[in-house]
Amino acid sequence: MRRSNVVRENLTAWIFLLPSLIFLVMFTLYPILSTFISSFYKSDLSTIEPIFIGFDNYAIMMKDEVFRKAFINNIWFTIGTVPTSVLLGLLLAILVNRTFVGKVMSRVFFFYPVVIPMVAVSFIWLFFYTPDYGMINSILKLIGFEELNLLGNSGTALLSIIIMVIWKEAGFFMIFYLAALQNIPKDLIEAARIDGASKWRQFRSVIFPLLMPTTLFSIIIATTNAFKTVDQLVVMTQGGPNNASNLLLYYIYENTFRFMDYGRAATVTVIVLMIMVSIAAIQFFAADKKIHYS
Amino acid sequence: MNRLISISTYILALLWALPFLGIVFMAFKDSSEQGYSLTFRNFIDAWNAAPFGQYYLNTIIIVIAILSVQLITITLAAYAFARMNFIAKGFTFMLILIQIMIPSDVLIYPNSNTIAQLGIYDTKLATTIPYFISAFGIFLLRQTFKGIPYELEEAAKMEGCSRLQIIRNVYIPLAKPTYLAFGLISVSTQWSNFLWPLIITDSDENRPLTVGLSMFAKASDSGAQWGIVCAGTLFIIFPLLLAFLLFQKQFVSSFMQSGIK
Amino acid sequence: MKRIPILLSVIVLMFGILAGCSSSTSERSNEADSNSETIDLTWYYPVNVGGTITEVIDKYAKDFNHGGIKVNGKNVTVTPVYSGNYDETMTKVQTAIKNGKSPDLSVQLSVDLFQIKNSIIPLDDFIKNDYEAQEMVGDFFPGFMKNAQTDGKTWSIPFQRSTVILYYNKDMFKEAGLDPETPPTTWEEVIEYGKKLTKKGQWGIELPATISGYWIYQALYLQNSDSNMMSDDGKEVYLNTDEAKEALQYWVDLNNKHKIMPEGVLDWSTVPTDFIEGKTAMMLTTTGNLTNVKNNANFDFGVAFLPGNKRVATPTGGGNFYIFKDTSEERQQAAFEFIKWITEPTRAAEWSMNTGYIATRQSSYETEALKEYVGAFPQAKVAMEQIEFANKEISVYEQGKIQKIIHDALQAAINGADVNETLDKAQAEAEATLKAYQ
Repeated sequence: MRRSNVVRENLTAWIFLLPSLIFLVMFTLYPILSTFISSFYKSDLSTIEPIFIGFDNYAIMMKDEVFRKAFINNIWFTIGTVPTSVLLGLLLAILVNRTFVGKVMSRVFFFYPVVIPMVAVSFIWLFFYTPDYGMINSILKLIGFEELNLLGNSGTALLSIIIMVIWKEAGFFMIFYLAALQNIPKDLIEAARIDGASKWRQFRSVIFPLLMPTTLFSIIIATTNAFKTVDQLVVMTQGGPNNASNLLLYYIYENTFRFMDYGRAATVTVIVLMIMVSIAAIQFFAADKKIHYS
Repeated sequence: MNRLISISTYILALLWALPFLGIVFMAFKDSSEQGYSLTFRNFIDAWNAAPFGQYYLNTIIIVIAILSVQLITITLAAYAFARMNFIAKGFTFMLILIQIMIPSDVLIYPNSNTIAQLGIYDTKLATTIPYFISAFGIFLLRQTFKGIPYELEEAAKMEGCSRLQIIRNVYIPLAKPTYLAFGLISVSTQWSNFLWPLIITDSDENRPLTVGLSMFAKASDSGAQWGIVCAGTLFIIFPLLLAFLLFQKQFVSSFMQSGIK
Repeated sequence: MKRIPILLSVIVLMFGILAGCSSSTSERSNEADSNSETIDLTWYYPVNVGGTITEVIDKYAKDFNHGGIKVNGKNVTVTPVYSGNYDETMTKVQTAIKNGKSPDLSVQLSVDLFQIKNSIIPLDDFIKNDYEAQEMVGDFFPGFMKNAQTDGKTWSIPFQRSTVILYYNKDMFKEAGLDPETPPTTWEEVIEYGKKLTKKGQWGIELPATISGYWIYQALYLQNSDSNMMSDDGKEVYLNTDEAKEALQYWVDLNNKHKIMPEGVLDWSTVPTDFIEGKTAMMLTTTGNLTNVKNNANFDFGVAFLPGNKRVATPTGGGNFYIFKDTSEERQQAAFEFIKWITEPTRAAEWSMNTGYIATRQSSYETEALKEYVGAFPQAKVAMEQIEFANKEISVYEQGKIQKIIHDALQAAINGADVNETLDKAQAEAEATLKAYQ
């Protein structure tokens, strides 16, 4: 009797899990495996049947200038977007975590970019960055700069996109910080104040440490985003000028769908996967030590 | 001091609002007139230039289809993980978590191959199928289910309810806030999805709004006309903004929940 | 447990609904095959210009399907499938072939030839025994056949074709004291005029350097050189010749030295906007923009031959018909009959008026409708007359990668990189890319 119950419980559980597992295997597990295998094959327009070439694709990628550029850009993009949008999120959270006239309105303004699609954001900013029309240029002209073709210059293209992404993401992190700030026990701050700690001191020694889990978590989300979103490149620069704004996922996209170079696409996908796994590993490690959710 | 902080908050808020106000300004601007005069022509032109009605319908179908399937898959899986004992439970759960670690967005190359092998290129099924499970949703719901007192399930069992009846009558009603949170996130994420549908669709019958907008605004042999592009952009963000303003509280708390992985 | 079947049936039903949304065109054509009365062709076509082009295409299909054209006694019908822009059509065709569900025919860039050569058939056998077809091929502007032929065979049939032309704002010419009826004809004149036309908030000229920027650069290349930038067999490119370097230097100098063009890389789709909005007095872009500019510019504008240097020249551009290999001979014959039908002079003329593309047949310009149109809108004729000076657009194996190499070099030079080094590097990269085909 008991045994048949166990069997039945197992059976039911697996029936419940089956739909999820089928899709998980189809679109996450099997693709990871197949990409890994594909990365050992040369498969492009000049090869009719894929040819096994071991680690050659990886060697080719290391020498490929466009890939290296995209890789380095992705690192800069991460450095440019992650700390700034997270810190800005914190700042905004502190600013709107008070009672003042227009509190709700301010929160709405800071948060709405999070809700709208990246494609729409890209069109909005494409308009702003275009010479002769954009508000950015009018402002630059006001303060005495020459008109700038921000997306058309290698020096400014990536930076312009970074600024846009910060604008879009800061509100997202503001929300987390807002929640965290509201969860800090009031008496802790009060105690610090009575001890004669200055505002800054209160923040540094009491509030900030308590916000650590949120900060870590925000950094990880922002970092993942930096590798998985390239909608803006499709709309704004196509990775140009001369790859100045190219990112890894866009490189994969171009090699898969424009150049039909599947060997390269697979290889770079594997590299991105390894980056993702390392980020997750950091998260795991950090979560183990410092953060206890649930 | 407080005053100063308020003022700088206002300035920042205005800065944040500027891009949006800018395109609203452009969308209503009559480009054939000197100076600024108000017009709806851009909206009419944009609407006529591309099948936005069809795109709306597609996006709505896609969003609803994904959410409906997700609700079924995550409910069943979350219940299994929260309340059942079975072989390889921990291992299976780890497998599911891989999806949080590696979002399908980066798997465009292998996943497009899978779609080709299934022979469903350029269908709504292809646009939606990779999103039929959400590890995040399973995780979120599992936490909620775990928090529901087990006595309620036992009581239902006494009355002769089957597992599915228990899920339906006990767990789902009590997890409503979580469902709402997950729903809002799923809908707004899918509404915004771009790269995957761009790759996997090739006809107006299947294109969502995001892809439709980019096709229409970047038709490569004719130029972009800002007024019309801005109007088109407003088409795709308007429903989201409206929903956001109406359900502000739920939105904010949903996004906050999404943080607790 | 009794709810499980219900739940499952919900899931199954949902799949059913979604799968029902799929428009599996190939299945349709297979069904048509088993029905021996009709041959229903699947036709992938791209749309690269604004406007309601799909409606025009659907009307063509309807007319054709009622036209009663027969092959082997079977009625031929066609189902057009809109497949996005050129890049997407390429993706779609490749994917379809990969799945063994190749369309019967498609319109793709004339330069995509080498990229899809393994999947298409040469058309010589159809033309050889068909007087009408020979007449058709002879009637196309010879410039448009250049990209269709290689290895002594004809692989595609011109459909929507373009060249690069000069657009200029006549009002601004007048204002600057220039004769609005004599646009610049040489590189020097462009600089001279450009300087007069440049003032605060207004530029002399704009050349786009993204999307199809390589094509604009090829125009300059051809004007400065007697030979083209690639070999006819599509296996070699010549990106770092002295003439190539001069051409690129000229482009770069328009901003750096002469200050008549905005600095930085200019976007393909915003250049026409700048022209329409009066931010630039001249631009170089495709004839495919003619209808767009005509409908939206609220000033008097002219179009003219591209200003030349050593010679007057332009590359051709645009899309051709291809017929695919993986179908039956009967279907291929039917596809060819459809191509003959749709490229008839009156239809080519109509297509040109609807889109701004050049009518592909010389005799189209003898038709009443097009004569009248050109009479009222003489700008439409310039593009046609320029075909005489048209050369093959760059078309090579690994087309996508080579285009990117040219774009990268172009954009690097515009952003200040040394022209010599940039083009030497581009040549080396291109040679490495094409090595597999030597």
